[in-house]
Amino acid sequence: MAELFFFIAALGAIAGAVGVVTLRNSFYSVLALVCHLLALAALFLLLRAEFVAAAQVIVYAGAVMVLYVFVVSYVSEGPFSSTPGPVGGSARVLAYLFAGVLAIELMIAMLGNGLQAIDGPGAQYDPEFGTPAQIGELLLTKFLFPFEAASFLLLIAAVGAVVLARRRGDDVGIDPADRPQLSVMDLVREDRMGTMAEGVNAPGNTAGGRLPEPRDGEGGW
Amino acid sequence: MAIGWYLAVSAIIFSIGAAGVMTRRNPLVVLLCLELMLNAANLALIAFSRMHGNGDGQIFAVIVMVVAACEVTIGLGVIVAMARRNLPIDVDEMRELQG
Repeated sequence: MAELFFFIAALGAIAGAVGVVTLRNSFYSVLALVCHLLALAALFLLLRAEFVAAAQVIVYAGAVMVLYVFVVSYVSEGPFSSTPGPVGGSARVLAYLFAGVLAIELMIAMLGNGLQAIDGPGAQYDPEFGTPAQIGELLLTKFLFPFEAASFLLLIAAVGAVVLARRRGDDVGIDPADRPQLSVMDLVREDRMGTMAEGVNAPGNTAGGRLPEPRDGEGGW
Repeated sequence: MAIGWYLAVSAIIFSIGAAGVMTRRNPLVVLLCLELMLNAANLALIAFSRMHGNGDGQIFAVIVMVVAACEVTIGLGVIVAMARRNLPIDVDEMRELQG
C-alpha cells in the first residue's frame, strides 16, 4: 500500500514540477507549484515527518503561495503585462542538456555512494519520531541557536521587503513636489494636534471633501 | 519503500527546477523554480533523516523552509519595485542592479 501511495505522490510532485517550468501563464505556474507542494507533503508523511508535512501545507501551500498569487495579479496589471516566454534557440537546448546531465550525475552519485541503508526502508525509530513534540524539543534544546538565527532572519526579511516595495518619490506618476514635506517643527507646533479635521482640511489634500468648520460652542472634532 | 526511491525523485525535481531557472525569463517563474530546487533538497534531507532514524534532518528542512520564505519575500519585493517603476518584468532586460 505504501508503494502505491509513493508512486501517486511522486508522479504528482514530478508532474507539478514539470508544470511549473513549462506552463506559459505564470498564474498557472503558481497553481502547479501548489499541486507539487501538496504531493511533496504526502511524500513527507510517508517518511514519517508529520510536522514538516503539516508546516509544508500550511506555510508553503497556504501563505507563501497566496503571496505569489497577489504579486502575479499585481504585476500583470502594468504596461508590460505580457510575460516573456522562455529563452529560445541554442540557450534553451544547452539548458535542457545541462539539466539532463545534472540528473544523470545525481543518479550516479546515488547509485555509487556505497550506503548500505539506502536500499532499506530506514532505521528503527521512536514512536514519537517526527511529531511536533519531538521537533519542538529539538528546536529548543539542541538547535536553539539555528532557531533564533532563523527568527532573526525572518525579521530582517520582513523589514527588507517593506523597504524594497515602498512607494518612492521618483516613481513614475508621482510628482516630487506633491509629496508632503514634514519638518520636525510640524510635530511640536500647537495647531497640529493630529485631529481628524486637521488631516482632512490640510492644504494639499485633494482626496476627500472638506469638512465644515466647527461652530462655536460645539467644540472641535 | 527504499530510501533510494525518494532520493531519485528528489534528484529529478532538482534537475527540473534547474532547467526552469535557466530557461524561463519571467522572474516570478524563476523564483518558483528556485522553490522547486529548495523543496527537492528538503525531500532529500527528510529521506536521510528517516534513514538514520533521528530528527536532525527534519530540523534542517524546517530551517530551509524559513530561508526559502525569506528569499521569496525579498524576491517578490524586488519584482513589485520593478513593476512600480514600469520596468519590464524580464530577467534579460535587468542587466544592472543599480537604481
